Amino acid sequence: MTAQAGSKDSFSVALFGKGGAGVVTAGEMLLAAAAQCGLYGLIIRAVGPQIRGGEAAALVRLGKVPVDCLDDRFDLLLGIGWKHAERLLPEISIDADSVVVTDPAQESVPESVLVSGAEIRELNMKELAETVSGGRANMVALGYVAALAGIPQDAIFQAIEKKLGHKGRDAVDISVEAAMLGFSKAEDLAPAEVADSGAKERWMISGNHATGLGALRGGIRFAAAYPITPATEVLEWLAPRLHDAGGTLSQAEDELASINMAIGASFGGVPSLTATSGPGLSLMIEGLGLAVCAEVPVVVVNVMRAGPSTGIPTKPEQSDFNAAIYGMHGDAPHIVVAPNSVSDCVYTTQWAVHLAEAMQVPVIVLSDQFLGQANVIADPIPAISFFTKRKLAEEVADDFERYAVTADGVSPMPIPGTPGGQYTADGLEHSRKATPSGTAADHTAQLDKRAGKIDSFDYGQHWAEIEGSGELAIVTWGSTTSMVREAMQRLPDKISENLKLIALRLLLPARPNEMAAALDGTKRVMVIEQNHTGQLYRFLRAWYDLPADVDTLHRPGPSVFRPGEIATKIEAWCSE
Amino acid sequence: MNAVAPCKFKASDYKSGTKPVWCPGCGDFHVFLGLIKAVAALGIRPEEIAVISGIGCSSRIPAYLNCYGFHGLHGRALPLATGLKVARPDLTVIAAGGDGDGFSIGGNHLIHACRRNVDLTYIVMDNEVYGMTKGQPSPTTAPDWDSKLAPGGSGIPPFHPLVVALASGANFVARAFSGDTKGTTKIVADAITHPGFSFVQILSPCVTFRPDQRNWKNKVHPAPVATTTDPAQAARRVMTDDGFNIGVLYKGSRESYAQTVEPNARSDRDLDEEFFV
Repeated sequence: MTAQAGSKDSFSVALFGKGGAGVVTAGEMLLAAAAQCGLYGLIIRAVGPQIRGGEAAALVRLGKVPVDCLDDRFDLLLGIGWKHAERLLPEISIDADSVVVTDPAQESVPESVLVSGAEIRELNMKELAETVSGGRANMVALGYVAALAGIPQDAIFQAIEKKLGHKGRDAVDISVEAAMLGFSKAEDLAPAEVADSGAKERWMISGNHATGLGALRGGIRFAAAYPITPATEVLEWLAPRLHDAGGTLSQAEDELASINMAIGASFGGVPSLTATSGPGLSLMIEGLGLAVCAEVPVVVVNVMRAGPSTGIPTKPEQSDFNAAIYGMHGDAPHIVVAPNSVSDCVYTTQWAVHLAEAMQVPVIVLSDQFLGQANVIADPIPAISFFTKRKLAEEVADDFERYAVTADGVSPMPIPGTPGGQYTADGLEHSRKATPSGTAADHTAQLDKRAGKIDSFDYGQHWAEIEGSGELAIVTWGSTTSMVREAMQRLPDKISENLKLIALRLLLPARPNEMAAALDGTKRVMVIEQNHTGQLYRFLRAWYDLPADVDTLHRPGPSVFRPGEIATKIEAWCSE
Repeated sequence: MNAVAPCKFKASDYKSGTKPVWCPGCGDFHVFLGLIKAVAALGIRPEEIAVISGIGCSSRIPAYLNCYGFHGLHGRALPLATGLKVARPDLTVIAAGGDGDGFSIGGNHLIHACRRNVDLTYIVMDNEVYGMTKGQPSPTTAPDWDSKLAPGGSGIPPFHPLVVALASGANFVARAFSGDTKGTTKIVADAITHPGFSFVQILSPCVTFRPDQRNWKNKVHPAPVATTTDPAQAARRVMTDDGFNIGVLYKGSRESYAQTVEPNARSDRDLDEEFFV
C-alpha cells in the first residue's frame, strides 16, 4: 500500500472508461481480489445520466481497516480511454503524488489531469488485450492495478473465477491471461508492502442489499414496489428472497399504490415495507399519515438523492430530513431512523421493523444514494434478535376496544380472521371503539395515545452511536457519520482527545434527555450534515437543549463529504 | 384462515349497528342490504371478510358492517385491498366506494387492479356526483349537468367505467341497480364467487343532489342478452347500450394473481451465504 496525504492505511483507485469498457466490472473484481487477501474496501460507481453507454468510473478504495467512505484523493487514476472524461473528473481528485495510467493508442490525457502534476505512465491496454483472443482492456487494467495495490495473483484468479465462472472455462481463462499481461507490466513498480495475505471470511454487500437483509431479518413478508433510482435494488433484491421466505412482493402502479398496498398487507397482520426515494416519499406522505391515524405498522425506506423535485437522481444528499420529519399534515407522531454506514443498513432496517411492529406506527428509514449503492467489503454482519412482536388481540372480549388507551399507548390489534375482533381501521379520528368521532375528548385522547406510545418507548442505547469524550462534540447522522469518523481519526491528538461523536440513529422522536446526558460536560457542538439549509441543525435547535456555542457544517450534494474537508473544518473550529 | 364449513348466517349478523350518515332515501342503503344478503347467502363468516374503502358517502360502508374494514384514503381503496388480499389470500376482500373515489382520484388504480386481476370484488356505488362535498360533477356526470363548480355543465363527456374495466382485463363485469335489492344480492354474490378481479357498477341514486335519479327505477331493465365470455363483445354492448342494462355482462376465465404465487418454495435459503466473498 502506498502512503499518501489522505489515509495512510488505504489505497484509492479510479478506473475510467466509456460505457461498455467494463471499468465497473474491473473495479468489482479488484475489490473482490482485495477481499481474498484480507483487505477491506469500498466501490462507488459513477455514471453519466444515460441508461446505456456513455462514460463510467469505478471509484475503489482499499484498506487494511474497514473503509466506509471515499478518501480525499486518488492514488491512481487509470483511463482505458478519456472520451467525455470531463463529465466525471470533477469527482476524481488527483495531485502531484498521484499516478495516472493512460493508453497511448487512445485519446490523450485531458488537460485537467495534466495540470495536477501527477506522474503519467503509459500502458498499451488495448494492444496487450488484443494479443489474447477475446481479451479485453479492462482485464489488463485490473491486473496492472492489482499488482500496484500489492494484491497477489492467486487472489486475482479467484476474483475472476467468482465473477465469470458462470460463463464457462474459456471466459475465465481469457480474462486471467489478459489480467496477467497487465500484472506483469506493474510487477516491478509494485510497492514493497504486500497486502495482508491471511484469508478472512468477509462479506461484499451494498447498502441497498443490506437494507433488504435487515428487512427480512426483521420479519418483513410483504413488500410493495415502484421502481425509483436509487432505491430499486432494495426491491429487486427482496423480490425472489421474499418469495422464498413465504412472503410476496407486489409491483404497484405508483407510489400512492405502493404505500397503500403495504398498509393493507400490514392491516392483514403481515409485516410490510416499501422502498423509494424523495419524489416517491412525497407521494407516500398521505399514506403515512393514514398509518399513523389507523395505527398500522409499516416501514418506508427512503434512499435519499439530491432534491428538490427530480433533482439529481444518481447522487446523494441528506435533504429529505424535513420531509420525513414534518411532511405529514396534522399532528402525526411517527418514527424516523437513519443508518450510519453501509453495514449499519442491516441493523437499522431490522430495528425499524421492530419499532414499527412494536408500536403500530410507520417508520421512515433515511438511507441515501451513497450508502445504498456503495459496495463494501465488511466483516460478516451478525444477526441480532428483538423479542417484541406486534401486540395482537387473539382472544377478543365482548367489550373489546381496538384503540383502547393503555399504559404504554399500544392497543392490542386483532388481525382479520380473528372472531369477534371486527373493527374498521380509519383515517377519520375515532373513539376507542374505532367508530368515527369528532369530539374534542376523543381527538385529544387519541392524539395523546399516539404521541405517548412513541415517547415512552424504550429505545435503549440504539438512539445514537456515541464515541470518544471531551468538551467538544460533533453531532451528525446518516452517511456523513463515516466521513466524520475518519476525519476525527486524522486530527492531531490534542484535538481528537477532546472530541466526542454523537451520530443519531433515531431522528424522530427527539430524545432530549438522552442527548442532555450525552452532552454532559460538552462546551461546544458542531452539527455536520449534507444539505443546503442545515435541516438537522434546525431540528436540534427546536427540540434539544444545546450549549450556547453551536456551529454547523452543512453543504448540499451531489459530491459526498471527504474526510479531509471535515477534518480541516473541525481544526479551524477548534482554533477559534 | 380457519377451515370452518360454511355456517348459517342471517343478513343482520353482518350489521355493526352503527347508524349510517347517508340521507334518507339514499341508494346506498340498498347496496348495503344487497351486500349483507349476498355474504349471508354465501355463508362467509363475518371475521373472514374485509371491506376496504376510500372517501365519500358510499365509502362509509365498512363501519356499518360487522366485518373487518378499512376506511382509508380518498381514491386508494383498491391498492389497500390489493395489499391485503395478496398478503392474506384466505380472506374475502371487497373494495367499495363511489364514482369520484374510484374513477377520478383513484382512476389509475382501477385500470391496474383490472390488469393485475387479484381475487377481489370492487363495488362502485355510482350516483354521478360528489355527494359528500355537496354536489360537484364526477367522471360519470353528464356534460350539461349544472352545478356551482361547473355552471351550465362541465362540457366533458362521461367516463365509461365498464368499458375501461373490460379493456383493462377485469375478469367479471356487471351492472346492478340499488333499487333492485334481489338482483344486487345475486350479482354481488356472483362477483364474490368468481375468481379474479370482479367489478360491479351499482347505479345508486343520490336523492339529495341528483333528485332526478329517483326516476332511474323506471329506466333500468335487465340486459337483453346473456353474459358473454368475449370481452370485445361485452365492450361493444356496454358502449352502445343506454346505460341502464342490468346484469352480469362479462365473465372471463383468467387465472387470478394470487394463485400464481407458491409460498415457501425455498424457505430454507440461507440469506447470509450469498454475501461471503
